[in-house]
Amino acid sequence: MLKNYSVKNNIALLLFVGSILMTMISISCTISSPNKQGENLYNQNCATCHGDEGEGLRNLYPPIANADYLQLHREELSCIIKNGMKHPIVVNGKDYHMPMPAATNLNAVEIHNILNFICNSWGNNLGYFTPKEVEAQLKKCQ
Amino acid sequence: MKYSFLLFAASIFTFFSCVDSANESYDENARLPILGERAFVDGDTVYHTAPQFDFINQDSVNISPALFENRPYIVDYFFTTCPTICPRVKAEEIRVFDHFENRPELGFLSVSIDAGKDKVYKLKEYAEKLGVGTPRWHFVTGDEDHIYDIANDFFHIAQKDPDAPGGFDHDGRLILIDKNKHIRAFCDGTDGEQVDRFIKDVEKLLREK
Repeated sequence: MLKNYSVKNNIALLLFVGSILMTMISISCTISSPNKQGENLYNQNCATCHGDEGEGLRNLYPPIANADYLQLHREELSCIIKNGMKHPIVVNGKDYHMPMPAATNLNAVEIHNILNFICNSWGNNLGYFTPKEVEAQLKKCQ
Repeated sequence: MKYSFLLFAASIFTFFSCVDSANESYDENARLPILGERAFVDGDTVYHTAPQFDFINQDSVNISPALFENRPYIVDYFFTTCPTICPRVKAEEIRVFDHFENRPELGFLSVSIDAGKDKVYKLKEYAEKLGVGTPRWHFVTGDEDHIYDIANDFFHIAQKDPDAPGGFDHDGRLILIDKNKHIRAFCDGTDGEQVDRFIKDVEKLLREK
């Protein structure tokens, strides 16, 4: 009886440890990026044109990955996402002039998360934006 | 014990829900069906055929089915300022186009549903920016009513909708037409896995005698 009980207990322990391990693996596969919300928002709002890996589309839509434009226009990025863009731009030496639609559905927190995702992914290394920085940028939009 | 077991079962479930589901198998030998409605006339089956059309392409050349005489081609609907699905469909379609680089007989027909904005020079610019174009890939426009009429025949849902982003609502299907003008396959051009399968369908069609 006693022996049976301890075997049962061992199996229970094994199952318990196994569950914890598997749950951890599952969690690590869902949280693969530190900017998960930014990544989700990017996929919903930006990826159709700019690509799943920020690669852009040929000479039609500019890349975001390794784009000098982000470095050179850091101060304007929040407003570009919020209000879109109508004027031609140069990215990594190439001209692009398809208009970018405004993302009026996004609030400051969401723009902040998108920026932190794109500015620290695919070879971009601009560091993190603070929520205050994004709010300040948005107040100054033209 | 009972709870540990339940916990274990639940963790297995979450584990597998995070692993990609297995690919559907693909039958290399099954012949592609002829899609669309069919009629029976004097004991013979009459299959649905792609409609007659009269367009103008990015080089200002008239485009009718005669261009694809005895050749298969792929049709899609788009417009150059579409902010939603078109860029993704175009990226996938370019993948198809590149895959069949050495099959010049396979044509591509991208029909703009925004006749108002997508003038010939816009289509020309769009094609050039994508780095594709004639003689294999035709970006075309035409009379608006005509565009919508034949859209139905290509069994697309392409209608003017002021509530849709960009002012139009349409789907991102790629449609494969064979040399006898029959519709043989289609896929959702926004879905990479479906496009992979579509590429196999096109390969299969090109192998047909």
